[in-house]
Amino acid sequence: MSVPDDVMTVTPPGPPAGPGGGPDGARSGSGRPSWLTAGFLAPALALLAVLVVYPIFYTVWRSLRDADGHFAGLRNYGAMFTSDATLTAIKNNAIWLLVAPTVVTALGLVFAVLTERVRWATAFKLVVFMPMAISSLAAGIIFTLVYTDDPDRGLANAALVGVHGVFSPSAGYSGARPRDPSLLADAPGGGLRTARTYQPGETAALALVGVRAADLPNGAADAVAATPAAGTLAGTVWFDFVRGGGGRPGVIDPGEKGLPKVVVQAVSGGTGSGGPGGGSVVATVRTDDRGAFAFTGLAPGSYSLQLPASNFAEPFTGFTWLGPTLVTWAIIGAYVWMWSGFAMVLIAAGLSAIPREALEAARVDGGTEWQVFRKVTVPLLAPVLVVVLITLMINVMKIFDLVITLAPQSSQDDANVLALEMWRVSFGGGHDQGLGSALGVFLFVLVLPAMIFNIRRFRREAR
Amino acid sequence: MRHTMTFATRLTAAAAGLALALAGCGGSSTSPGGGATTTPAGVSLPDLTGQKLEVAAVWTGAEQAGIAAVLDAFSAKTHATVKYTATGDDIATVLGTRIKGGQPPDVAFLPQPGLLNELASDGSLKPVDADVAAAVDANYAPIWKTLGTVKGTLYGVWFKAANKSTVWYRTAAFDQAGVQPPASWDDLLKGAQTIADSGTTPVSVGGADGWTLTDWFENVYLRSAGPAKYDQLAKHQIPWTDASVKTALGVLAQLWGKKGLVVPGALQTDFPTSVTQVFSASPKGAIVFEGDFVAGVIASETKAKVGTDANFFDFPSVNGSPASVVGGGDVATALKSSPGAQALLRFLASPEAATIWAKRGGYTSVNKNVDLAAYPDDTSRKIAKALVGSGDAFRFDMSDLAPAGFGGTPGGGEWKILQDFLANPTNVDGTATKLEAAASAVKFPT
Repeated sequence: MSVPDDVMTVTPPGPPAGPGGGPDGARSGSGRPSWLTAGFLAPALALLAVLVVYPIFYTVWRSLRDADGHFAGLRNYGAMFTSDATLTAIKNNAIWLLVAPTVVTALGLVFAVLTERVRWATAFKLVVFMPMAISSLAAGIIFTLVYTDDPDRGLANAALVGVHGVFSPSAGYSGARPRDPSLLADAPGGGLRTARTYQPGETAALALVGVRAADLPNGAADAVAATPAAGTLAGTVWFDFVRGGGGRPGVIDPGEKGLPKVVVQAVSGGTGSGGPGGGSVVATVRTDDRGAFAFTGLAPGSYSLQLPASNFAEPFTGFTWLGPTLVTWAIIGAYVWMWSGFAMVLIAAGLSAIPREALEAARVDGGTEWQVFRKVTVPLLAPVLVVVLITLMINVMKIFDLVITLAPQSSQDDANVLALEMWRVSFGGGHDQGLGSALGVFLFVLVLPAMIFNIRRFRREAR
Repeated sequence: MRHTMTFATRLTAAAAGLALALAGCGGSSTSPGGGATTTPAGVSLPDLTGQKLEVAAVWTGAEQAGIAAVLDAFSAKTHATVKYTATGDDIATVLGTRIKGGQPPDVAFLPQPGLLNELASDGSLKPVDADVAAAVDANYAPIWKTLGTVKGTLYGVWFKAANKSTVWYRTAAFDQAGVQPPASWDDLLKGAQTIADSGTTPVSVGGADGWTLTDWFENVYLRSAGPAKYDQLAKHQIPWTDASVKTALGVLAQLWGKKGLVVPGALQTDFPTSVTQVFSASPKGAIVFEGDFVAGVIASETKAKVGTDANFFDFPSVNGSPASVVGGGDVATALKSSPGAQALLRFLASPEAATIWAKRGGYTSVNKNVDLAAYPDDTSRKIAKALVGSGDAFRFDMSDLAPAGFGGTPGGGEWKILQDFLANPTNVDGTATKLEAAASAVKFPT
């Protein structure tokens, strides 16, 4: 996407360019033959007519016809406003319109003001501006990598997982489940609890499966069945799976590994996992390298055994950035990355044209930096900020390339915007160019106020 | 749907390597040259000295080199000059333009039966002569004759085919769990459960690409409902709310909906990733289903060796259904009534022509008289065997046959609805209703 033309005409506030608008303005009243003027204008007008005026009218005409080109009246417009896809698109466009230009302009302002005060300002500006040199398509593809779910490949999730890991390191057997859910079932409040109860002197065998190879510590040794001892409730927690298959379920076969460091709790007074639960934890132990555990010194009575949920905590793997809920926000993030540099450069240009005396005067009068920024810099910059904002708004309204490259098919519906919907119904399989044209007209009407506003501003500035 | 087809083509091309890429600049001519001294036994063809033939197809890269070898052999036998033109992916547009301009190629390879129907109905195609028809009868299962026939007239010879009923697996994961390649859906579910017990999430699904999901559905539907229903559903003669559709969705849900069987994040996983995450150095899955072109992805994107580290089994039978294959293919058809075109079709219908390409690899023929020994490795031999062995139980990819608005729209139609179903596999009835609504919104060819 290239920088829109109107951007190039931005003039920073300051003294007008020259008296009377320069020599061209002075001559404009002179008596040139009108045919000469027309002759010079003709090529440009012809191009304008062919490339702009004709398509606009053709689109309006086409929007009144159905997919096969038969007259359809306003039916396309009816279909457009009753389809869920368009409504989602309008909603998303609204989010884009409210969020993206504001964030980009704000960031651009911050960057512009800050770069005035740092050394290496040019290098910094260059880096921030660099994304503008990349096509939206390429930026979209870059960000599909950033937003990849797998923290091993996606930058965003890698960062999140890294930060999260510092605060709550997880070392659980995620994915592990009981071999037989009727013996070891979900405990009230998470984790697993044995269905039957044990008395001191008995042994328990708690079989788990689905333990990921990566979760099994290197020190894990082959499991052994606990030997009964008077007064001791002993047992084994082990990975009930023989490499290559063929093991007996629920039985400790040779080669099956014990699960080290599993927290086991003895619960008294509970009804087991089959009942309403309850009971209180009377003792907690951890298994050794062979998966063995033993409670000694328990009061006589019956206890059920519980493996609390912390044993099975799923590791945090970040967010599904491109899933249905986050997709629009994720794409806006990519847009902000791309366009902040653009806003920064324009605002910096405006900033350099602000009369220094005004700032100096404010500082001499005792204004703090924040007051100077708010009461002097921002008001003086307002015309530039408005231009940047409006330009971005027009740009955001037509957003298409980032959305189509970033949103995976499965969440394209949720990330839909008007320009994408227009393409989808016209070419992306729908093949209804009537409906597509209607959407095009609608988009045009939406962009129109911003365009008119911009044009009027330019007129005022020219005067 | 063009995407799968195109994708397969691209993959094979990618696997081709540099030398062949250099040849991919659109045309390769073969002139008879001096020495047509040895004429191997096989089809007898007329002498076409001085005749010029043009052949058009979508193939580039390795596939272009393959067809060039076949055409070279034809030139050597007949002394005709054959020029090959690669049309790019949108062959329908290229041919349409050239037919309108009165300059069609002599023979074209069409990647879809729909295009054959369309061009034949326009009168743009020339029927095959009696010799070609006899060769087709002798060398192909009847289904291929039916697929090449439009309104009672035979127009085409199915020269190349793709098998989309192959389920690929990491042999190490199967060994680790002690699981054998399953022959039935129930065994697949059991095996997947065992693999899950062993600590590996078994099934990798590339759900970010809708077409992989339609291929899942089509394979299950062909097996659970049978070929007759499949044909009716493909033409939308029965509604998608039919009990057979719900049954097939229910079968799929047994796998997709069981906790722990599908690698998480399937809807954000595109097709290449769904393959690489099974066969990479730190694998996340054990099984991935897609067509024979998966072999190309494994070979080019991972370090796994096809045949040893990676292998495939035929899509398992559902409730004892007979061997059947969902797939695609390219049909050769004549656009000009020249003796050369008919001679070429007769050659293409012979086992001899297919054997030439088969030996080079990256190709599967449905010609039942091609010696399976011609294929360069066990994997391609097994793919070909499944394809030929399915006989009349071969069916074209249903979403390829459907209008693009239903079967080929990213983020819409069948693709999107099956993605929603993957996200919520309990919603069988709602999915069927949505599929029917989407199918009713487009016009199916009759």
